[in-house]
Amino acid sequence: MTLFADYDEIIERISVNQLWDFPGGVHPPQQKALSNQSNIETLPLDKTFYVPIKQHIGVDGRIIVSEGDSILKGQALTASEAPFSVPVHAPTSGIVKKVTEHVSAHPSGIPELSIIIDADGQDTWIPLKPVADYAKTGKSELIERICDAGISGMGGAGFPTHIKSNNTKPLEFLIINGIECEPYISSDDRLMREHAWQIRQGIDILVHILQPRQVIIAVEDNKPEALETMSIACQQKTNYQVVSVPTKYPAGGEKQLVQVLTSREVPSDGLPIDVGCIMYNVGTCYAIADAIVEGKPLIERVVTLTGKGFKSPKNVWARLGTPIQTLLKHGDYDDSTQSSPRFIMGGPMMGFTVTSLLTPIVKISNCILVPADNELPHPDDERACIRCSACSDACPASLLPQQLFWYSKSKELEKAEEYNLFDCIECGACAYVCPSEIPLVHYYRQAKADIRNQREEKERSDKAKIRFEARKARLQKEKEEREEKHRIAAEARKASLNKDGGAAKDKIAAALARAKAKKEALAKKQTQNDALGAPAPESDKTEVASIDEVSTESASSQTSAKTTNETEQAKPVLKSTANESSDITAEEDAEAKAAAKKKRVAAAVAKAKAKKLAAKQIKKENNES
Amino acid sequence: MTMLSLSSSPHHHNRRDTGQVMRLVCYAAIPGILTNVWFFGFGILVQAAIAIVTALVTEGVIMELRKKKTERILKDYSAVLAALLLAISIPPLAPWWVIVIGTFFAIAIVKQLYGGLGYNMFNPAMAAYVMLLISFPVQMTSWLPPLSIAEQSHTLWDAIHTIFTGFTSTGFSVEQLKVGVDGATMATPLDAVKTALLQGYTVTEAQEHIIFDGQYGKGWFWVATAYLAGGLFLIKTKVINWHIPGSMLAAAALLSFVLFLLDGDQYASPLFHIFNGSLVLGAFFIATDPVSASTTIKGRLIFGAAIGFWVIIIRNWGGYPDAIAFAVLIMNMTVPLIDYYTQPRTYGHQSKARKSS
Ligand code: SF4
Ligand code: SF4
Repeated sequence: MTLFADYDEIIERISVNQLWDFPGGVHPPQQKALSNQSNIETLPLDKTFYVPIKQHIGVDGRIIVSEGDSILKGQALTASEAPFSVPVHAPTSGIVKKVTEHVSAHPSGIPELSIIIDADGQDTWIPLKPVADYAKTGKSELIERICDAGISGMGGAGFPTHIKSNNTKPLEFLIINGIECEPYISSDDRLMREHAWQIRQGIDILVHILQPRQVIIAVEDNKPEALETMSIACQQKTNYQVVSVPTKYPAGGEKQLVQVLTSREVPSDGLPIDVGCIMYNVGTCYAIADAIVEGKPLIERVVTLTGKGFKSPKNVWARLGTPIQTLLKHGDYDDSTQSSPRFIMGGPMMGFTVTSLLTPIVKISNCILVPADNELPHPDDERACIRCSACSDACPASLLPQQLFWYSKSKELEKAEEYNLFDCIECGACAYVCPSEIPLVHYYRQAKADIRNQREEKERSDKAKIRFEARKARLQKEKEEREEKHRIAAEARKASLNKDGGAAKDKIAAALARAKAKKEALAKKQTQNDALGAPAPESDKTEVASIDEVSTESASSQTSAKTTNETEQAKPVLKSTANESSDITAEEDAEAKAAAKKKRVAAAVAKAKAKKLAAKQIKKENNES
Repeated sequence: MTMLSLSSSPHHHNRRDTGQVMRLVCYAAIPGILTNVWFFGFGILVQAAIAIVTALVTEGVIMELRKKKTERILKDYSAVLAALLLAISIPPLAPWWVIVIGTFFAIAIVKQLYGGLGYNMFNPAMAAYVMLLISFPVQMTSWLPPLSIAEQSHTLWDAIHTIFTGFTSTGFSVEQLKVGVDGATMATPLDAVKTALLQGYTVTEAQEHIIFDGQYGKGWFWVATAYLAGGLFLIKTKVINWHIPGSMLAAAALLSFVLFLLDGDQYASPLFHIFNGSLVLGAFFIATDPVSASTTIKGRLIFGAAIGFWVIIIRNWGGYPDAIAFAVLIMNMTVPLIDYYTQPRTYGHQSKARKSS
């Protein structure tokens, strides 16, 4: 049962430009004409660049330069060592001034590790090593080149391109995303108009790597020039199809575009490749061509400067690491238009406001939007939800934004998850239409963050719990083993006791006998001494003798205790169990000791009695004698 | 450095806010109200004025008591809209205290006691209507015949006088105004048919009765048509979706048509049902109240259709001639359930079939 169109049907519909639709969506005013009128300009060389070492999704590379190093334009600053890491490169030649934390191009602005470069003004390239003929080069080498050139998706998410390109699953459609559905932004539009040929080269390289059955280049129908240039650039290729997609936000969302072109839905826990598609942004294709054909790493990109806060909105080639204040200057930012300055990185629907003018341009920065005061309303007038469902009508993911909002706000996070919070692509269509001006996406982000935190915490506590349970089980097992051993030992002892016929009794009797014997001996000695005329302090001597005896006895009982102790400790016990086992032994020790003590006391009493008796007798004897 | 202003995406917003939505609904009701004035006199305007003042005062006082931003909430026009809907649902010459009590009940009890706009489960206007109907059945069923066939025509002053004192300036009571050309007390067409049926007449006979002589039903027909126009305007401007009014009218028409086919003597035709009483008004202006209606697309279709069915069922077998309020309230209660079971399939869910292939 597949609900979705198969390959042939899709090809057929595309050839007559009859696409599918995605639910919801909105039509905010385009405002593209503000910035898409002139050719892309190149910014004059800046003095200082702030290059964050991580500009993509994944892990950072290892920094391979140090402060004070002289570097050339295009030189790698980090090395990709993990699969999900992508290097960054020097945007110009100069000196590594510092490796330090710098404000990040992220909504939070949280500082991140960046390499600060002082330009020397020479702008000297490293020796470039283009691939002579990509068609004769192996797939893995090309992918490695793409990785080394520092390419990650330039459409928004920043997914490492070499990972995406290393596909082994069957691929039907290679989709090139030239939609650019956010209002205001025109960087991809200008790039397609001016560099269609190079984009086409990038596509050719991808086709060589990925071997798709069909290439679809999708451009929104509000960019007729771009549609035309792309069509011309691709016209000799029979399996390349340039498709005009009806303008609707967010048609450029990866999932929505897949749906529009193929009717297929990317599984909620899957990737486009699960429905036979892989998608690249046109800017990424351009960068791939640069990397393979020219040997140039990714060090610059097109950025749209737009909004009525700029006197001259336009598109510029900006090097990665350029602080946005440079761009503001270049677009003639007019601060009189703003009472509370607001600078948006990205478009009005999904972009974020920056916290500092030193925020650098990174691989995914496609736009700096500076609205004048009255241009884009500040959504600060949140009112009660009137359940009008405008939001669910606008949601491209067919969610119920109002319910999500309700549960996110009241922190009923499980409920929010039940309503598929994590399928929200944060496109903002719902908040755009909400008549109560509720910042819905903001609530979703918070709820998502809360849920992630909870999950992490739960994972941690689960792990701790598992560890604890395992330890408990282990201890329990050890305790049982020990008890078993003790029981066997005790039985053995009992058995031997029985065989001996009551060792304790015997011992006392023996002690008594010994005492008697000693006494007799003593008496004899005494007599001898007396006879010799050197009377010894009798009491002392008897004392010594008795102490001797007691200590021998206790020594013997201690030895037996020690043996048990030793046997116990001799068996391999993990460190963590040592404490407990020693506790238990201590207890058992105490018992053993108490028993021994009793015995000793009894013995001592007996001995004392015997002594007394002996002393009496001696006295008597003495007296008698 | 200057403080930068930070906000969360989207930074763009379309320009229609809650107040505008509510205002547009009020505007869309104007053709219906004016038609009503044309056929039935100025009563409805006076009622609307009293209702709106009562609603604003009630809401304002409660907002002050709850220490909310009074001005901002009054500006959302939801109180005005609820008042207006109640005012156009009750008989135009009902005494002033009826609409005052009703409006107060709608705002203070049905809306604010549940937490204010967005939290009320029931449609405030309809809950108030039912409360009034049960508490003051006489005043609530005193509908007047169209002016064209009434003995006495009445002016705006007459309307005000009647609403506040119970008598026109020339000394007629509402009862006297209700007397038709032949000296018999007249009722609404729905009423008349119901009464006639109880008396053993057939629907056709009832309709042949003098009150339908091209005159009585006419006013009701044009008022309904005017509300229909207003409703279409609301759909056109995307203030409401077609789902609720569409499914409601379709369901009412379907059920009444089936019954009509089964026994045309006992059951009135679909057209009769649609153009008499407040079915059209209810479909476009009342059942579509976003707060108390279903929010999913499938849910809205079910919600509307169920109201349509209930209306016809209550009209034919229930104790009250018109049934919109009851049908709406009954369905308001089921909204949470409907919403729960009609959630749309989220993108990417259940596309597993493809994945494994
Ligand atoms: S932000 Fe999320 S909930 Fe809102 S419309 Fe977009 S996908 Fe739907
Ligand atoms: S659009 Fe806004 S007011 Fe309307 S239901 Fe959605 S959240 Fe509520």
